[in-house]
Amino acid sequence: MTDILNALVLFANFVLLPGIAYGAQLALGALGVTLIFGILRFSNVAHGDLMAFGAMITILVTWWLQSAGISIDPLPTALLALPVGIAGAVLISLLTDRAVYRFYRRRKAPGIVLVMASIGVMFMLNGIVRFVIGPNDQRFADGARFVVTVADFKEMTGLAEGLAIRLPVVITVVVALVVVVWLWWFLQRTRTGKAMRAFSDNEDLALLSGISPERVVALTWILAAALATIAGVLYGLDKSFRPFTYFQLLLPIFAAAIVGGIGQPFGAIAGGFVVAFSEVTVTYAYKRFLEYLGAQPEGLVQLLSVEYKFAVSFVILVIVLLVKPTGIFRGRVL
Amino acid sequence: MSAGRAVLLYALMAVLLVGVGLFQSWTLSLTILHLCLISAIMALGVNIQWGYAGLFNVGIMGFTALGGLAAVLTSMPPIHGAWEAGGIGIGVSLLALVGTIAAAVFAGRTVKGRLRRPSMAAVIVAGFFLFRAVFDPAVEAIEAFNPARTGYLGGIGLPVIFSWLVGGVLAAGAAWVVGRIALGLRADYLAIATLGIAEILLAVIKNEDWLSRGVKNVTGLPRPVPIEIELQTAPWFVDLSARIGADVTTFSSIYVKVCYALLLVAVLAILMWLAEKALKSPWGRMMRAIRDNRDAAAAMGKDVTGRHMQVFILGSAVVGIAGAMLTTLDGQFTPGQYNPLRYTFLIWVMVIVGGSGNNWGAVLGGFLIWFVWVEAEPAGIWLMNLITSGLPSDSIVRVRLLDAAPHMRLFLMGLILLLVLRFAPHGLIPERRARAAGSGKAEATA
Repeated sequence: MTDILNALVLFANFVLLPGIAYGAQLALGALGVTLIFGILRFSNVAHGDLMAFGAMITILVTWWLQSAGISIDPLPTALLALPVGIAGAVLISLLTDRAVYRFYRRRKAPGIVLVMASIGVMFMLNGIVRFVIGPNDQRFADGARFVVTVADFKEMTGLAEGLAIRLPVVITVVVALVVVVWLWWFLQRTRTGKAMRAFSDNEDLALLSGISPERVVALTWILAAALATIAGVLYGLDKSFRPFTYFQLLLPIFAAAIVGGIGQPFGAIAGGFVVAFSEVTVTYAYKRFLEYLGAQPEGLVQLLSVEYKFAVSFVILVIVLLVKPTGIFRGRVL
Repeated sequence: MSAGRAVLLYALMAVLLVGVGLFQSWTLSLTILHLCLISAIMALGVNIQWGYAGLFNVGIMGFTALGGLAAVLTSMPPIHGAWEAGGIGIGVSLLALVGTIAAAVFAGRTVKGRLRRPSMAAVIVAGFFLFRAVFDPAVEAIEAFNPARTGYLGGIGLPVIFSWLVGGVLAAGAAWVVGRIALGLRADYLAIATLGIAEILLAVIKNEDWLSRGVKNVTGLPRPVPIEIELQTAPWFVDLSARIGADVTTFSSIYVKVCYALLLVAVLAILMWLAEKALKSPWGRMMRAIRDNRDAAAAMGKDVTGRHMQVFILGSAVVGIAGAMLTTLDGQFTPGQYNPLRYTFLIWVMVIVGGSGNNWGAVLGGFLIWFVWVEAEPAGIWLMNLITSGLPSDSIVRVRLLDAAPHMRLFLMGLILLLVLRFAPHGLIPERRARAAGSGKAEATA
């Protein structure tokens, strides 16, 4: 019996909790991608770098707050700096929309031209982020690291395996939950949210009923930038901040958006967790888990090495494309 | 008009390269020229996909890396000990892999109804474990064989020039697989699929040490041209440099670089000739018809997906060739260097800036953007030095700005792309459109 419990704790510690945190981060990122796709009708390649940009502003403000001695211990100072980061990302998004995307939108340019333009924006954001903060790893997490440490857990339960609940994981889950519930309320219940959904469903009908397109577009950028910053900061708190990593997150984020059904906010959330859990479960070494269950495996029993985690998002993407191209939540077929 | 403009732009490009030779150094100028040529070939490959057919491939990095792998597999000598240790195991496991895929496809075709997908999944899972059971010990044996120097299977020891073809073939094979999955779908999905396949190809190359030595790199690839040290002791070469009054060391380095440049030019010329032939043939007209209106082309009985597959494979093969050439030129295979910004998106900037749909434009874009990319770094440092010249040399602002200056070229690339996209969306040398029938002067505008 204790062996089974030990196995479950081991699983929770190395698969369940990291999966939940990563899934929530991906979901927030994918929400932004899917909103942009739903309203502006193009795949925003610059989204990863928007995450990096928002996170960068947050980090800079965090450092400033830390040097000024302001903190909200035990919570990380970054949470205090987050609103400024969001403001920065919103500002740059509205700016790029005004300077770049609006021109093509008014000409009703095909989506692929907007994707090209977003490649240009991606390069510029990437350059700015590397210019300001450099290409290296940055740590900015402070405050308490654990809610429950391994030792505490072992003492409490008397099990051989410990479950460490890290504070960033808890923060990620709480923040993501709040954001998603608010977004649901906003999209389903408020007039503006309904206008956005109407615009996403049928642009012409929405225009006929007096919805201002520029307002909806601006709102979409604000939401996407805020979500991107939150996702970026949470990811940075949980792991670490490195501009290139954020660029690479693009693939799992797009996989999540497409798996969930592109243009479908709640699909994006489901997709985020599907992708995250697949990555974590496939790259976890099950040796000790199986030993507790009475098996004597040779080797690590790891299905794929961690370096192949991008392959996992891709394989899920391919399966969804082949089996159900509209995604779990019946999004648009691109 | 367009032809005159093209000549002018190419002349300008030549002036830029000669200028580097005069003001910086000829070695640098030739080095830039090498990569200009390789970039031009990559841009040509992308233009075949995007310009001819409108296929949006953002997996160029993967095909480039695959070409690099081809250089290793073709030219390095086989490691006999490693083959004896694990060659059979690898062979059997790869057969198991192919067998699994075949069995899964077979199951998908024969089993009908609700059991179809579960039976395919069962076959794949069983095959995967079978594969791992044979594969893992073989890999371990190979990687244990002299790991400090080899630890991989090696190649087949052919002259490295053959690897350029092999690189094309490998990339074409990978393109076929991607095409089977993603070509029926629309542009954005192809983009995501190619982005993914590029990451996977790179992950395989980085981690399958038995195949490619992974991040331990393969150095000392054979060269298709003479080696400087040997030239410097060869009597004919010493004679030659004495006759033209040049320093033997400098001259040998330039001589080797010119040899490389000639090889690269030859490949570019052949590919360019083929690409232009194809574009002007009925096949090329059909491709453009499909690009401009795929529904109409399909209604005329053209096999849109089939043609897309062809053009996707051809373009990827060209990129693969360029990848093999790049690795040959470097003389080493370093999987860690592949980065999507440099190897995928920069190539896209080249094609868009040069003029998509026009091979001469894409090639010019390859030259120009590579030149800007390389020269932006010293220019950025020079600019930062100028801006901060009033500050003391140990000032933190100055050090910081100088440190960060190289990253500004990413910003510059983005800016160039956006400006071209907005103000000259057809690029520097726009695609030549056929004149509309009946109107002598009116050029069809898109």
